[in-house]
Amino acid sequence: MALDRWIALAFIALCCVYGFAAFFTMDDQLPPILQRNPVWPSTFPKILTVLGLIVGFIVLFTSNPPAEGDPAKDGAIDLSRLGDYHVGQALALLALMVAYALTLRPLGFVGSTVGFLVIGAVILGERRFHILIPVTVIAAGSIWYLVQEVLGIFLRPWPFMFM
Amino acid sequence: MLEGILIGLSAAVTPFNLIMVVMGCVIGTLIGMLPGLGPMSIIAIMIPVAIGIGDPTAALILLSGVYYGAIFGGSTSSILLNAPGVAGTVATSFDGYPMARKGQAGKALTIAAIASFAGGTIGAILLMIFAPALSSVALLFHSAEYFALMVVGLSAIAAFAGTGQVAKALMMTILGLMLGTVGEGTLSNTPRFTFGMMDLQSGFSFITLAMAMFALPEGLFLVMNPARAATGSDDDSGKITGMRITRQEARSIAPVIGRQSLQGFFIGVLPGAGATIASFLGYAVERNIAKGAEQEEFGKGSIKGLAAPETANNAACTGSFVPLLTLGIPGSGTTAILLGALLALNVTPGPRLMTDTPEVFWAIIISMYLGNLVLLILNLPLIPYIAKILTIPRTFLIPFILFFTLMGSYLGQNNSTELLILVGFGVVATILRFADFPLAPLLIGFILGTMLENNFARAMQLYRGFDFVLERPMTLALLVLALILVVLPSYRGYRARKRAEGVADGD
Repeated sequence: MALDRWIALAFIALCCVYGFAAFFTMDDQLPPILQRNPVWPSTFPKILTVLGLIVGFIVLFTSNPPAEGDPAKDGAIDLSRLGDYHVGQALALLALMVAYALTLRPLGFVGSTVGFLVIGAVILGERRFHILIPVTVIAAGSIWYLVQEVLGIFLRPWPFMFM
Repeated sequence: MLEGILIGLSAAVTPFNLIMVVMGCVIGTLIGMLPGLGPMSIIAIMIPVAIGIGDPTAALILLSGVYYGAIFGGSTSSILLNAPGVAGTVATSFDGYPMARKGQAGKALTIAAIASFAGGTIGAILLMIFAPALSSVALLFHSAEYFALMVVGLSAIAAFAGTGQVAKALMMTILGLMLGTVGEGTLSNTPRFTFGMMDLQSGFSFITLAMAMFALPEGLFLVMNPARAATGSDDDSGKITGMRITRQEARSIAPVIGRQSLQGFFIGVLPGAGATIASFLGYAVERNIAKGAEQEEFGKGSIKGLAAPETANNAACTGSFVPLLTLGIPGSGTTAILLGALLALNVTPGPRLMTDTPEVFWAIIISMYLGNLVLLILNLPLIPYIAKILTIPRTFLIPFILFFTLMGSYLGQNNSTELLILVGFGVVATILRFADFPLAPLLIGFILGTMLENNFARAMQLYRGFDFVLERPMTLALLVLALILVVLPSYRGYRARKRAEGVADGD
């Protein structure tokens, strides 16, 4: 089964969950006074559920595989070439982004940003640490300065135990 | 109108705002040149900065400067490296890159800059003429018409998505609308679809969603497929010389610029069409009407083939402001993000924008002229130096692109849960991109969702039910139009498929 059909199937499943919430659970909390309204908070989601199911089934049953023989452009996104892609690096960077999200508060902005940029570059194959580390430290420091001092958005620079 | 121009001039031409224009254009050009960061991502990154400024006029001037700069930067990388940073500049590389290969990179950049300038400026003049007129019509609209108009907009976006893509685009639109219903609705203060999670109480942040839909997948594709991140080597960008064009060349591209400004603008006004379609169509039209030897030149470094898409995409960018400013309905992903920024700045675009805050409206238009002018006189001479950014190795570039993506969504909310939502949606978006689902409809659906529901609810309350569809002929007509827009391309696609299979009957 082609990927777009799997996605359509997942979308239909999502519509079912969404529709269940809209049709059966959401109206329980509705105060009686609002029940006399012609439009409830659940009205629009209900319409969306129905439309979503219709469109989802259309995609599921009518989607046809892309025409063969299209000249594959260098740099175009092509699922059939997934094997040639650096999927491992991409997954590692995704994991790194999650780690960044989790360490941003405890480690502070400067520490976690330098870590993110250095480890990210290392994942991609950079080994010139004498350039990499100064560049990331300067970048993280200047971005912190811009955000905190110029824009006035609070960013904790250092680990929480220092401030 | 003259009064409006004067209001706009007095609002836009202050030292601070002029700095904003210059800054926006330079930042836009710098980042727009990088592969992976299109105007949508750059504007989304800049939104916290714009909100930090506080003054809506200055913030908007900055953002439109960034927008123009990004389009211009995208054409620079198309010409120099055959690596369009933005979909709207793909057609630029057809003739721009061959010119650069022939050693005419400087000339190609000059033509691109002049064509962009002309397209943008003529577009701004057309915007000035059409927006007030459309605004005054739009003032007659009620919530029912607004609801219907938004439905038309959303279905037009799906309808223009391309053959065989209409159902997919509709699916994405509905997904966007669904995501828009998460959180506390304005209709009543009951949280919806939050599943008890406090972080979802205020709904998803549109910046996070924009980043997850566009910047993050692009970043991941750059990682997965190194050919996509075709950054040049040092000697590539060092030889931009001979920026001058001859009088004869100027004369030959002038009619192209004239035609494409008009055509591009009107394509840009249509919801969903936007700069990409305008540039491809502009290129195709000019190739078809060119004669003999000139037609042969197309694709091998024709100056007309370069001027056409460049003019058209800038004119279309300006055109896409028309529905945004007059109706409050974004027609493209980029204007959808601008709409989000406007709402965050407490400016509600729509027909009342011109009467309530005329200085904002006119300042945007004036800043378009200024932005184009800055691009022409400031960026053009600087391009050889700015282009050095393309020599940054990808091992440095990609972590920074990902970092800016994270920052853009973090700064909007100052909440690291937002980053986890970003990564989650980013993975989903990447999978959707692999299956060739268009993502702009999702974002537009998400941003329009709240307004669509509010207008729908208002119409329902006024007419105590669905009667508004029948009692207001305009609403009915618009809804029928929306239906036709969706059904027609699907039907034609179905017919074409049947014919290809050789089983068509009845004709």
